[in-house]
Amino acid sequence: MDGDIGGGGPEGFGIGARATRREDHRLLHGKGRFVGDIKLHGMLEMAFLRSPLAHGRISGISKPDNARGLVFTAADLTGVKGIRADSALPGFKSSTQPILADTKVRHVGEPIAACLAESRAKAEDLAEEVRVDFEEIAAVHDLRKARDSSAPLLHDDWGENVFLESAVDTEFETAIQGAASVVTRQYQTARQCMAPIEGRGLVAVWDRTLEVLTLHSATQMPHIVRTGLAGCLGLDHGQIRVIAPDVGGGFGYKGILLAEEVCAGFLAMTLDRPIRWLEDRREHLTGGANCREHYYEVTGYAAADGELLAVDCSAIVDAGAYSAYPFSACLESAQVASILPGPYKMRGYRCKTWSVATNKPPILPFRGVARTGVCFAMESMMDALARDLGMTPEAIRERNLVEAAEMPFTNITNKYFDSGDYQEALARAVEAIDIKGIRAEQKTQGGRSRIGVGLSVFCEQGAHGTSVYHGWGIPMVPGFEQATARLTPDGGLELRVGVHSHGQGLETSLAQIAHDRLGIAPDKIKVVHGDTAYTPYSTGTWGSRCIVMAGGAVAAACDALAERIKGIAGHLLQGEADAVTLSGGQAMIGSAAVSVEEVGRTWYLKPQLLPETVDPRGLEATEGYKTTQDTGTFSYACHAVKVRVDLDLGHVELLDYVIVEDAGTMINPAIVDGQVLGGAVQGIGTALHEEMPFDASGQPLASTLADYHLPVASDMPPIRLIHMETPSPLSRFGQKGIGESGAIGPPAAIANAVNDALAEFGAEITQVPMTPERVLAALSNAGGGS
Amino acid sequence: MKPVAFDHQFPASLSDAIESFGEGGASLMAGNQSLGPMLNLRLARPEKLIDLASLSDLRAVEETGTLVRLGARITHAEIEDGEVPDPTGGWLREAAGHIAYRAVRNRGTIGGSLCHADPAADWVIVMTTLGATTILQGPSGERRVPIEDFIIGPYLTVLEVGEILTAVEIAKPGAGARWGYWKYVRQVGDFAKASAAVHIDPARGVKRCVVGALGRQPLVLAESEAVLDGSMSVAETIKGALPDRSGTSLAQHVVALERAIAQAMSDGGAS
Repeated sequence: MDGDIGGGGPEGFGIGARATRREDHRLLHGKGRFVGDIKLHGMLEMAFLRSPLAHGRISGISKPDNARGLVFTAADLTGVKGIRADSALPGFKSSTQPILADTKVRHVGEPIAACLAESRAKAEDLAEEVRVDFEEIAAVHDLRKARDSSAPLLHDDWGENVFLESAVDTEFETAIQGAASVVTRQYQTARQCMAPIEGRGLVAVWDRTLEVLTLHSATQMPHIVRTGLAGCLGLDHGQIRVIAPDVGGGFGYKGILLAEEVCAGFLAMTLDRPIRWLEDRREHLTGGANCREHYYEVTGYAAADGELLAVDCSAIVDAGAYSAYPFSACLESAQVASILPGPYKMRGYRCKTWSVATNKPPILPFRGVARTGVCFAMESMMDALARDLGMTPEAIRERNLVEAAEMPFTNITNKYFDSGDYQEALARAVEAIDIKGIRAEQKTQGGRSRIGVGLSVFCEQGAHGTSVYHGWGIPMVPGFEQATARLTPDGGLELRVGVHSHGQGLETSLAQIAHDRLGIAPDKIKVVHGDTAYTPYSTGTWGSRCIVMAGGAVAAACDALAERIKGIAGHLLQGEADAVTLSGGQAMIGSAAVSVEEVGRTWYLKPQLLPETVDPRGLEATEGYKTTQDTGTFSYACHAVKVRVDLDLGHVELLDYVIVEDAGTMINPAIVDGQVLGGAVQGIGTALHEEMPFDASGQPLASTLADYHLPVASDMPPIRLIHMETPSPLSRFGQKGIGESGAIGPPAAIANAVNDALAEFGAEITQVPMTPERVLAALSNAGGGS
Repeated sequence: MKPVAFDHQFPASLSDAIESFGEGGASLMAGNQSLGPMLNLRLARPEKLIDLASLSDLRAVEETGTLVRLGARITHAEIEDGEVPDPTGGWLREAAGHIAYRAVRNRGTIGGSLCHADPAADWVIVMTTLGATTILQGPSGERRVPIEDFIIGPYLTVLEVGEILTAVEIAKPGAGARWGYWKYVRQVGDFAKASAAVHIDPARGVKRCVVGALGRQPLVLAESEAVLDGSMSVAETIKGALPDRSGTSLAQHVVALERAIAQAMSDGGAS
């Protein structure tokens, strides 16, 4: 990375400071504590016999004779309910994901039997000895064939393989009148695995004295797991504690309730033994939930001057076999229809979506959710229109992007863009990547490679709340986000939040907000998270919401605590509470000062010094926070990339990469940089490498990382970040959610660059990842390149 | 993803290793960079794992005026770093430096790689192109097998039960020898999608073009000389040698050989 990084910001530790992440000392020195580090006395390791078939009926299961009491099947899970995540959207068909498959298996890797032993190896030995008789059923492996009348049914009572169908039409027929350019394309994104460094994992412990089940789980939403688990196990919430220790990356994969969690909870209670399960890489790749697989047929209509008149789209999302809890099988396809137009103005819009069921693991929202696919489809189509009209990619975007003067802007799907200057982001990216220079270079090139330049512009809605999620009617609807701020007797500050930090640096950025509000020294601020017993209820970490929602809640709680501190300080300083100011760990009235530490010590240890009228709620405050309207903050970016395409090999090399990004007010610019860069790397993986292929029988074909290709350091071009900083009018400090943005833009920008490079041959790539084989096929289909 | 239980043996001598290996049900372990994952995936399920780590015989290195003999347990990193003599004056070091990534090279061995005989592995094609000789020790003594007869298919060698590859002999090229090795690896650490190597050694009468990563043992082109002098096209020759394969499946291999030849003919191709 080089170039323009960040906007600097104030020194120190307040809002805007480029502070070093405090959690990194622990994490980078190998001192983190992950689920895999937990070992308890009497603990049993769990392994699963998983379905080798994508689709089949189970006609019999026999357990090994020598494993009495150590092998469990669906028949043993007395009283346990399967996982359901229904949407209230009209027509949604509900599925029940069994904890252990009973009558039918619907994807490879679905758990059938849980096997326990002192070691994982022995548990795997046991799993090999379980015999299952299947009657195999033809598999639904292709999202485009799932709706065929001849397709076998995943859920017998549905009558079709569609979770949800949706349609919107806004002035479409009127808008397309007189279109000078009409282009239609099919775009496809591959099925992916999120592949966090740490897989899922859990340790379940039953405390028979307290009658509490403690689940240590690598999750990004401990409170939601608790709610889901209570439902499946028939326990009260008070009987479940979920602890998420250090978590090694989530990306959405750790945002679901797992059948494995329910199974382990039940067995820990039943056997009164701690149970541990650590997902291995093969389980993750072949049986864990997937993401990203979309198919689009898009038609763009434009006027001769490049004005975008309308967009027509049919999209299919491959939702896999079950609706996963809590996001459901509707979220992704519902998003497709609502976010496709993005920051573009248009007169008409029509979109049909289908969320189809297939014999694959369930789909989950991955960093960027549907936006990565949508951006790829929409931005590729914009370039196709530009080529058809003889315009440059920057010109057609400039013609159609919302202007700064139009903010706040409500687009054709009623998305409320809170602030920003998309035109400026585009202009800066065009300048920084040096499009003029690249165009000049292209005129002189020859030989067996070509360079190209590509752009993508998009927005990222973050921290959207109650009205948006209630509209989708899924099991989880975020409301007020709460935080607790507590002054300790030694003047330290404890912040308790229900979100989880698993890479986002919240232990630092939330402390910065608290420091800004209370002036307490950074080393005296502790952020407590990841434990339902310690923290207020929260839907958790997802949807680019934490810095806005948890950040707002921390500020609110700190402001409430400040009032309490001022009340006591005012008394100690023999003045009015209203006259007290807090700074540098001191409470002051004019030149008179008392330390915040002394305030804490007085309340807890020397209450005799306080008058009867002191606020009895003391030095602990829990406050709730919502943005001023819950439609979400809209961060946005323009990605610009320069590529070289090897015409003989089909190899795509990234030569330069620019990201112009607007995260609103940056609480910590270094963390924003990290989030954007990390996301961009994953987006480059989507663009060039990552794909979980399935054969016609529904078998996943990449069972190790030798076959499932993640982006690696040597693939990375220099990525130059340029920040804009337009505050959101909706959030506490003007900050916007930024966690997913980087992962959204790369497939579109890189595809546009490849298509620019191949334009002289009339070749166009419309599918990611852009493997050498696909690039060569695009050239060969166009009859060019050789 | 844990291995099936096995008996982990540390033989005291090569003859002990040969004897134990000869009893069957065993796998030999050298650097464990290919076997390890296969054990964990339970694709390899040996009853015994014979660990060669303690056998110093397999680390012997010998250099004469005409050749270098490398013990089978010499690591890729040792070759890369020049800790053992490179008979080619640098070609082996260069090839070693691009095997997988450094962590693999630190432990992976030349002998282990040849015995595993992954069609896309570097030593498999490099040694074939250099016409190396493998030295095998077994219950019935030693035999010397030219590399082309040693690797006989994908992951397949002529090693018999109880037989261990102990060393590889590589001849020193003569004056004016040239070399080219090009592989297409999409990402650092991957096996090659296509590879090719070229060796021209006028003093020893060698003109050899070899294509690798074909899912089989390396293809030594019978028409190497004609390809090198330009009288036959690379594409036609490769396609002619593999009539059952589609042209598109070989496109990257054609590029690999063209680029290996170009490399051999360039200034960098000289010894």
